Amino acid sequence: MNEPIVLGFETSCDETGVGIVRGHTLLADALATSMAEHERFGGVVPEIASRAHLEAMVPTVHRALADAGIAASDVDAVAVTSGPGLTGALLVGVAAAKAYALALGKPLYGVNHLAAHVAVDELQHGPLAEPSIAMLVSGGHSSLLLVPDLAQEVQSLGRTIDDAAGEAFDKVARVLGLPFPGGPPVDRAAREGDARAIAFPRGLTGPRDAAYDFSFSGLKTAVARWVEARERAGEPVPVADVAASFQEAVADVLTAKAVRACRDHGVDHLVLGGGVAANSRLRALAEERCAAAGIVLRVPSPRLCTDNGAMVAALGSRLVAAGVAPSAPDLGADSSLPIDVVSR
Amino acid sequence: MLVLALDTATPTLVAGLARWSAGDGVTVLAERAVPSGTKHAELLTPAIEGVLADAGLAIGAVEAVVTGLGPGPFTGLRVGVVTAAALADARGIPAVGVCSLDAVGTGARTVVTDARRKETYWAAYATDGTRVEGPAVARPEELGLPGPFTGDPAFAERLGAPVTPADVTTAGLLRAAAPQLADPGSAAPLVPLYLRRPDAVPPTSIKPVTR
Repeated sequence: MNEPIVLGFETSCDETGVGIVRGHTLLADALATSMAEHERFGGVVPEIASRAHLEAMVPTVHRALADAGIAASDVDAVAVTSGPGLTGALLVGVAAAKAYALALGKPLYGVNHLAAHVAVDELQHGPLAEPSIAMLVSGGHSSLLLVPDLAQEVQSLGRTIDDAAGEAFDKVARVLGLPFPGGPPVDRAAREGDARAIAFPRGLTGPRDAAYDFSFSGLKTAVARWVEARERAGEPVPVADVAASFQEAVADVLTAKAVRACRDHGVDHLVLGGGVAANSRLRALAEERCAAAGIVLRVPSPRLCTDNGAMVAALGSRLVAAGVAPSAPDLGADSSLPIDVVSR
Repeated sequence: MLVLALDTATPTLVAGLARWSAGDGVTVLAERAVPSGTKHAELLTPAIEGVLADAGLAIGAVEAVVTGLGPGPFTGLRVGVVTAAALADARGIPAVGVCSLDAVGTGARTVVTDARRKETYWAAYATDGTRVEGPAVARPEELGLPGPFTGDPAFAERLGAPVTPADVTTAGLLRAAAPQLADPGSAAPLVPLYLRRPDAVPPTSIKPVTR
């Protein structure tokens, strides 16, 4: 009823997100993206993303306010991704959020992008069970987290030691002649393929490997070698089978490690987040394995898995409810903000 | 009209509060020039709160925002521009952008500021202060202008001429903004003067992992 309205800003990569929530209720999720401008470069160009954030900022705020049916003066608190992410991109959002907070006379919360990916699920499935295990997989991150208290305590269990899972999708898509970003086209191609056609390696799954760390660089190279060998032999490349077998290797490792983290820590709730959590095979395999292990799986809709402003507003809402102190006026951006810093 | 002026196009960020009217010109009430390095985002909002406190005024009293649009190093430049745009949007007041070099020094001069990569951002002005060339970016050795130079003295040696040290000022920003402040409806959208394209080259072919 009297829950505070939080305005959230997200500019850590190529999406300009402005979201508005009231408590756990999503009021608006406005998004502008510079994805198309990066496509011909095969990856996000930070300066192009930063310029696009500046151009899109005020119009995206207007869309969010209109969608929510509120005026800027109705906002009770402002939250913004302070890191991790691309410094130049982050700073556009941080500066904008600081200015809106100053102009509106409202508190400002600089938040962690990864924690916000967890918080967004509360908008769809209600308060998070705590502790939960969270697995965040995107083009920039692959992390396993233990979340005793989303507002104040998040612990890193493991992370990728080389490429993020989403990067592997992008690179495999290029090798297969599929468009950027690689996640959706690989997922589509894989539907027609046989996931057991090729036995691609499962990185860091040996008995002496770090239980919760990931490695996708070797897998990516193995796919490239396999495809190049076919091409050199003048044989056709079975794109659907390669996509399906690659995707299976990623989903297998991710879900096995997430379920193991739940078991090892006696936690029976798993939350997925990040753009790769939109992958259909990852979602299906996670459901299957969680059901078998008696773990409650929570996955936001694909729209909320990718970067957006609502997730930042959702975490801001948690911080306000928990009575966490707002950020200092000299808040900046930290491209490598550690995950145990939920807000700063 | 109470105007908040901002600029983050150089390593010294500027925040100022001034009264402006078409008849009486500019009266600066408070100004802070903060050596910022690459910390514009951290330091700009505290500087704005600082000048408001110095003048004993609240943000709600501000009737227009003026910001430098550069040219300047991109990351810091965007901080000032997006701050001006957001403040003006939240308060429902006009935002006016000016060339930052116009706000450095007065009279006949060539303004030079640091464009990094051993280059300088520059613009040349007539005796009445009108900009006659620039803004542009060049190697100082190739500028071929007689001066007098004003701005970043670090370029004196490579220009082969003295440079009178000067920074962006609140009064300079307001002077440059006067035509737009007189008719805020005419104010152009806040588009930074980047003068350079993003550094990015599309890959020509996929590098094989095997050979």
